[in-house]
Amino acid sequence: MSVRCLFLAGILLCLAGVSHGQSFAGLGEDADGFAIPQPGDQFDFPTDHGPHPDYRIEWWYLTANLVGADGKDYGIQWTLFRSAREPRSDESWQSPQTWMGHAALTTPGAHFAAERFARGGTGQAGAQAKPFAAWIDDWEMAGSDTLDVITVTARSEDFAYRLDMVASGPLVFHGEDGHSVKSAEGQASRYYSQPFYEVAGEIEMPDGRIQVTGTAWLDREYSSQPLGRTQSGWDWFAFTFPDGHRMMAFELRDSENADYQSGSWIAPDGTVTQIADGTFDAQPLAFTMIGDRRVPTAWSFRYPERGVDVELTAINPQAWNDLAFAYWEGPFRFTGSHAGTGYLEMTGYE
Amino acid sequence: MHRTAFFALLSHWRRQPLQLLALLLGLAAATALWTGVQAINQEARASYDAAASALGQGTEQRLVSDGPIPRETFVALRRAGWLVSPVVEGELEGVTLLGIDPFTLPPTAASPNLQGPRLEQFVGGGLMFANADTAARLPGYNVETAANVPGGQVTADVTTAWDLLGADGFSYLVLLSPQPRGLPPLSDVAPVLSTVTEESAGDIANLTRSFHLNLTAFGLLSFAVGLFIVHAAIGLAFEQRRAMFRTLRALGLPARSLVALLAGETVLFALIAGGLGIALGYGVASALLPGVAGTLRGLYGASVPGSLTLDPAWVLSGLAITFAGAGAAATSSLWKVARLPILAPARPRAWAMASVRGRVAQAGFGALLVMVSLGIAVHGEGLIAGFAMLGSLLFGAALMLPLALDLALRSVAPLAKGVMADWVLADTRQQLPGMSLALMALLLALAANIGVGTMVSSFRATFTGWIDQRLASEIYVTAQTPAQAVALRAFLDAEADATLPLRTAEARLAGAPADILGVVEHRTYQEGWPLIESVPDAWARMNAGEGAFINEQLWRRTGLAMGDRLELRPGWALPVVGVYTDYGNPEGQAMVAQGALLARVEGISPLRFSARVAPERVDMLRAKLEDFGIPPGNILDQASVKRFSLDVFDRTFLVTGALNVLTLGVAAFAILVSLTTLAGMRLPQLAPVWAMGLTRARLARLELLRAVLFAALTFLFALPLGLTVAWMLLNVVNVQAFGWKLPMLAFPLEWLRLLALAVLAAFLAAALPAWRLGRVAPSRLLKVFADER
Repeated sequence: MSVRCLFLAGILLCLAGVSHGQSFAGLGEDADGFAIPQPGDQFDFPTDHGPHPDYRIEWWYLTANLVGADGKDYGIQWTLFRSAREPRSDESWQSPQTWMGHAALTTPGAHFAAERFARGGTGQAGAQAKPFAAWIDDWEMAGSDTLDVITVTARSEDFAYRLDMVASGPLVFHGEDGHSVKSAEGQASRYYSQPFYEVAGEIEMPDGRIQVTGTAWLDREYSSQPLGRTQSGWDWFAFTFPDGHRMMAFELRDSENADYQSGSWIAPDGTVTQIADGTFDAQPLAFTMIGDRRVPTAWSFRYPERGVDVELTAINPQAWNDLAFAYWEGPFRFTGSHAGTGYLEMTGYE
Repeated sequence: MHRTAFFALLSHWRRQPLQLLALLLGLAAATALWTGVQAINQEARASYDAAASALGQGTEQRLVSDGPIPRETFVALRRAGWLVSPVVEGELEGVTLLGIDPFTLPPTAASPNLQGPRLEQFVGGGLMFANADTAARLPGYNVETAANVPGGQVTADVTTAWDLLGADGFSYLVLLSPQPRGLPPLSDVAPVLSTVTEESAGDIANLTRSFHLNLTAFGLLSFAVGLFIVHAAIGLAFEQRRAMFRTLRALGLPARSLVALLAGETVLFALIAGGLGIALGYGVASALLPGVAGTLRGLYGASVPGSLTLDPAWVLSGLAITFAGAGAAATSSLWKVARLPILAPARPRAWAMASVRGRVAQAGFGALLVMVSLGIAVHGEGLIAGFAMLGSLLFGAALMLPLALDLALRSVAPLAKGVMADWVLADTRQQLPGMSLALMALLLALAANIGVGTMVSSFRATFTGWIDQRLASEIYVTAQTPAQAVALRAFLDAEADATLPLRTAEARLAGAPADILGVVEHRTYQEGWPLIESVPDAWARMNAGEGAFINEQLWRRTGLAMGDRLELRPGWALPVVGVYTDYGNPEGQAMVAQGALLARVEGISPLRFSARVAPERVDMLRAKLEDFGIPPGNILDQASVKRFSLDVFDRTFLVTGALNVLTLGVAAFAILVSLTTLAGMRLPQLAPVWAMGLTRARLARLELLRAVLFAALTFLFALPLGLTVAWMLLNVVNVQAFGWKLPMLAFPLEWLRLLALAVLAAFLAAALPAWRLGRVAPSRLLKVFADER
């Protein structure tokens, strides 16, 4: 539907780029009065857990690798996107802020995804820092001001979940103090994460409920100009190592220039080491046809600096979020030099 | 053999091109009118469905309240997980303004394209969307054209709608389907809301059903008239080919093959005529559709595009009915061929020469049909019964026509002076069997014309008088904002003789959508709303808030009696103390004291006023209002409202008039065919008269006279029949279809015009055969005596 597509204008910038690149190129280049992340910016918590209406786009993005009481792997996604048509916030029904929610549940044999939309200023959707809450309709992520303890709920006509999470480590900042550069030209976002959640909860599917436990990763990111004009999409990897390490790595595919890489190597105590451009190698090993799209769902991932040389395989290769704005998002397992679980997000394969 | 025989059969048509033309044109005309009507109906239905699915679901679940639904309720429902989407509905310059929330709209909704910066313009900039026709009706508004918005509707953001309507909250919430699993009960989240199943399509479809049935009935009538022609042409061809059949059979063609060949010939003609008819039907429908669209908009608020799409459904139905019709017309002939003895004498019998006994039997059957019609009139109920009653009356009367004409001619026989007059009368009676089918067609066409014409004229006269009375206020003004409305009120109080705030609430009365008018106490209402049913002190009780008036439609639909209580809102019921006429309104309506309405219902738009002022001051007040800041489009004077209403009315019956003329045309063509057919056969009867000294020119004039006589006599029979039809239309069909009863008025001048038209049609139809007779070679007349018979 048209309105959805248009609402997504802001989001698309970050997630899809080239497939819609022509039409949105202008937004990428020019900030239209929106705030632009600057090197040296510092976070101010808990305020920064809340919304930043002076930035064009923002998200609260949670993914969880879970194991059910039945021993099977499960993955869930809970995302709230904020997109602004103007850099202002008002509590009227004509607010330029708009909201979109995505929720998904992946099992080895099925993938469910749902979406919600809301205009800003109505209370139907929003986020606040104190007490922390982010919501759209009855989908909610809420908890302590530090984000250490949060609960996430969502439901649609064919699935529902409720997960309680406790962080076992600190917040981590990507890039330089959270200034995460997205291209050689310097496009950047403010980006921090809580990658240390321990999860317990319940998921509900058409064939019943099941108790789950596992780990979860929350990304918080806001920006006004995230992608370069020729960047066609991205492949984003989040690894959870059994020894407590975490790794986030992304590669922005570029149709004209070299692909751009970045990431964070995260020690169990939260110490972050930046992963520099060109230091890891991610190669598709197998593709899955989803409709008429050819999507890589098994990868070889090598990061020699830390001795990582693994092969990762999607738990469900059909984890396609077939929503107004479609992309692949799902859990994986990896083996090789290390073994563990993680989450993979791939955009721009439309 | 079969091939040769088939060509032999076809050769007949080469020698009788006019007959072929009659057959094909008759069948094509019948098909055309039928197909045209079907095409119109189909198009209208398709657009009702489109309108219904504008918000997604054909059958839409809605949450409604007894007033506007507050914004907070919507947000509370969403926060509880209920997938609902808010809608504000109102009226803007006579167009339905639909305020939507593009973010929560059902995914299936056909919303306007909001790509790129247009969302900003839509949500924050007041941009609206309408189709081209509707956009043209809203000059001065920020309307962009979008083809997928149903006609008669303009789509805006809820915030835009609030601004334009001076309202807040929502008219209803659309309940999306499916809903998430495990939601808290609706009664916990929003206890005051109730769920209704709004068949938006169903409402319009029900309202307009009668109209479409009307059209269908007309289509069938035209088809029947067309079939008279086809039957006549096929029957004639059969009679004329008796000699050929005998020869073919004598040469060894089996009877079964002959029947098969003749059936094949009928199929061939049906295919050709069917194709032609469908093409013509498309033309008829295209020509009529704008009128019908106007009618449906004016009468029912239903929006139908003025252009036609070619739908295989009605093409096929057109072909099917052509085959059915041709088959029906050919069956009796084929049956006769099948039973024809091989060596039957090839005497050229006057075709369809019915015996007196046959005529009496036919009239008996006709009388039976008329009685059936009377039976339905007494016992039947519903619109279908109404049409069945009309149908059996018309066809019963048509079947009785030949006997009636015979009796009429016989009864004037003693009055004839001189042998010449005797002969003319006798000869006329002699021609009756050959003419009767065409005359029956004429009777049907005339009666339908008189009936429908009288109905429409009665309606128009009543409507005009009613609207003069009803639209008593000289000026109607709509303020732009509630604040302006307050100032406007003060301004009008100072400038006009009286200010009447117009307040209307939407409601569901007796289970259907309706309006409640809140009126202030003023003589304007007492004078303009004559009550057709009331209790003593009705006006005083209504003005005191102790009673409600209802319109005739609601009254007839519900069968409420004076004093019965009508529930206006949950928990608010008033006794019905009066019934007023409300022509042209498809919905129910109630009238209560304004104070009572405002006390009970929140969120009523405070923007509309009417004002009483001396007629000569209207222009001045108008100018002052414009200076005051009211846009010219928001000021309507009485004259333009009346003009608009009458315009709507006239368009309403445009299609009826057009179909009337077409039916009459088909009947005239039937007369032409019959007379042409008879012309050839009548030479043996005319030759002796010519031989006795009557000139050919005189004979030709007598032929013309005879045709005119037939038409005039048929008209005499058609008149009472037509008036009966009109009575049935006004007192049975209209009440069922529209919900109001109208007084029947007589329009003798219209009848005279129709008589002249019928006579003219007969005269023109007879002109060609008469002209030929006037110039027939004497040798041909002489040959009659030389022939063996």
